[in-house]
Amino acid sequence: MNSETHTEKQEFNITVYTENHIGLLNRVAIIFSRRKINVESLNSSPSEIEGIHRFNIVINETAEVVRKIAGQLEKQVEVLKVYFNTNHDVIWQEMALYKVPTDVIAERAIVERLLRENGARAVVIRKDYTVFETTGQREETDNLVRVLQPYGLIEFVRSARIAIIKASDGFHRKLQEFEQSEPGDEVVENAYLNSREKVFTM
Amino acid sequence: MLTKEKPAPASPEKAKTISGAEAVILALLEENVETVFGYPGGAIMPVYDALYDYTDKLRHVLVRHEQGGIHAGQGYARASGKVGVVFATSGPGATNLVTGLADAQIDSTPLVCITGQVFAHLLGTDAFQETDILNITTPVTKWNYQVTDASEIPEVLAKAFYIAKSGRPGPVLIDITKNAQLQPFEFTGYKPCKHIRSYRPKPHVRQEYIAQAAELINQAKKPFILWGQGVMLGSAEKDFRAFVEKSGIPAAWTIMGAGALPTDHPQNVGMLGMHGNYGPNVLTNECDVLIAIGMRFDDRVTGRLDKYARQAKIIHLDIDPTEIGKNVPVTVPVWGDCKETLPLLTELVEAQEHREWLQQFRTYNNKEIEVVIQDELFPTTEEMTMGEVMQQLNELTSGDAIVVTDVGQHQMVACRYAKLNHTRSNITSGGLGTMGFALPAAIGAKFGAPGRTVVAVIGDGGFQMNLQELGTIMQSGVEVKMLILNNRFLGMVRQWQELFHERRYSFVDITSPDFVKVASGYGISGRSVSQRDELSSALREMLSHKGSYLLEVMVTKENNVFPMVPQGCSVSEIRLK
Repeated sequence: MNSETHTEKQEFNITVYTENHIGLLNRVAIIFSRRKINVESLNSSPSEIEGIHRFNIVINETAEVVRKIAGQLEKQVEVLKVYFNTNHDVIWQEMALYKVPTDVIAERAIVERLLRENGARAVVIRKDYTVFETTGQREETDNLVRVLQPYGLIEFVRSARIAIIKASDGFHRKLQEFEQSEPGDEVVENAYLNSREKVFTM
Repeated sequence: MLTKEKPAPASPEKAKTISGAEAVILALLEENVETVFGYPGGAIMPVYDALYDYTDKLRHVLVRHEQGGIHAGQGYARASGKVGVVFATSGPGATNLVTGLADAQIDSTPLVCITGQVFAHLLGTDAFQETDILNITTPVTKWNYQVTDASEIPEVLAKAFYIAKSGRPGPVLIDITKNAQLQPFEFTGYKPCKHIRSYRPKPHVRQEYIAQAAELINQAKKPFILWGQGVMLGSAEKDFRAFVEKSGIPAAWTIMGAGALPTDHPQNVGMLGMHGNYGPNVLTNECDVLIAIGMRFDDRVTGRLDKYARQAKIIHLDIDPTEIGKNVPVTVPVWGDCKETLPLLTELVEAQEHREWLQQFRTYNNKEIEVVIQDELFPTTEEMTMGEVMQQLNELTSGDAIVVTDVGQHQMVACRYAKLNHTRSNITSGGLGTMGFALPAAIGAKFGAPGRTVVAVIGDGGFQMNLQELGTIMQSGVEVKMLILNNRFLGMVRQWQELFHERRYSFVDITSPDFVKVASGYGISGRSVSQRDELSSALREMLSHKGSYLLEVMVTKENNVFPMVPQGCSVSEIRLK
């Protein structure tokens, strides 16, 4: 990375592999809020490994700040590993839902065409309203909002971003390393914390 | 005398039914805890009830305020190198720990705090003395966890101790709901924690960085060592001394690092930072290689960052990777435990002397003696200075005492002038700057190092911030020497008002009670002196008195601590007056 991109703010996708632990969301969130950094998007989900959680966090910052944030995140006891990538290095998607009056769609053929052009798919069709869904990048989901606004868009919501790291070969090997690493000869699997899926809420 | 009987690890067949509260006590005994500082209350009563049966194995010190309890825990940990343990109840008991947790977090002090919590079924209902202590303490703990089921207790406490003391140490808070304390469960024995897969307290040392560091050091003409508390936290004092002596490099300390190398070691060139010594500050901006060991380039050490050691190549040894490159760009990062990295480095560095370079420090020191130190330690003014009190104390203790300080002018004077022959002898609130720290921390320090003399040097303001702990001294009989340097001002704020706010002395004029009478009310002997010819005999009396003693010394009102790096200035712009 050259020095220019180091000092320029841009979107970074932070991927955080963690244990499944109540209170960790707060520990993660305050690392940003303490430094007055706005979280553009935060998603928490299962990962490719059972029992391991994965946060996708998007912030607009310089590489220098993101590097320090990543270090602070990784320092938390229940955080296994943190990666950060520019948009160029990830495949990312967001999902959006749009609620529009059904009669408008029925009466005006242009609306249906616009929806089709924007790759929207009907999820629910009722007499009074219809809910469409699109999945894509920010411009695409934003674009459909603009398109539907004149036709009485009732509700709009967009999900947090999820991102797959292009260069990653998954977390399995790293986890094996962590389970066996020093110090300590024996690997104490934290049976208790990992087996308590039932109490986990985000 | 505390007896130490370790029960053999119970096998599953020998599983016995005990309460969660008893499991807490058994865990503490397994972790070799001898002393707990605490204060009972509704939500922690089952733990206190279990403790009642173990008072022959576990000493409990009843404090007068939970803040006093946690500072005592910190003093204990800092003096002994062990984990400090604190009990508090839910609600206000728990929130009173917050200042101490923040202090321990920023000064890397290992603590395990156990708080009671309301019954699990009442969580979130605004029950009596319920507070969300986990979320309140998240920013100021290394780890925290809430236990709602008794069977979790052995494993969670094992994790708590492991996390508190490993890697970069820090405070851990375990919140236990009352139902979990009361609940009987099958206890199958206690297994100390040795590994947590998501937690890597220290890395494998990378030899290539050691080699790069050694090469820089060997080529350097003006190398300079800065050390911090990490040397002591890593128990690497001997390894550090070996490195210093073989390399022949001058070494200066942060206040958290004071004492890791004796004050009178010929290569110990003094204190860094805002009120540090003249030479170490000025020459930071003249050295060619800066070797930082277990310190974190705090803003009070660096002054203005963009004018800090820009000419130097920087080698940073630290166990916490987030400290490397956090404030100061680093040429060679040596991530690791200095107990491991220092011997490897010593092996590769060439034996040198750096005589001329050391002489530059001495030249600056002579100038500082002439302009500042002489008048501070041997004043010709009528009124006494804080420095001369420290000077006389040094003579009487020979530098063998533990000096605990509070926060403010007296802290800077005590840290600058205290003679320290031994490690773990300077206990102060460095990062957080917590007034009220010294009295309870001194109590804890004495429990942690019972064979040593503990002198708490405290200002008149700071003493009034936790003076209720005189009750703890009275009841426990612990021997603490309290030396109040009374200038009848909140001196450090006054100094700043004088220098930077046109002498507008806004609310720094503080009155005090008759401290000797207050002490007397607690059955503690004391004396107040205001004349120089009484000072030596009063200090002697304090030190030779059997039991605790309070000595108040009236010092000059408007003295300033110098040298000083004014805020926003470079270390080389340090002012001698």
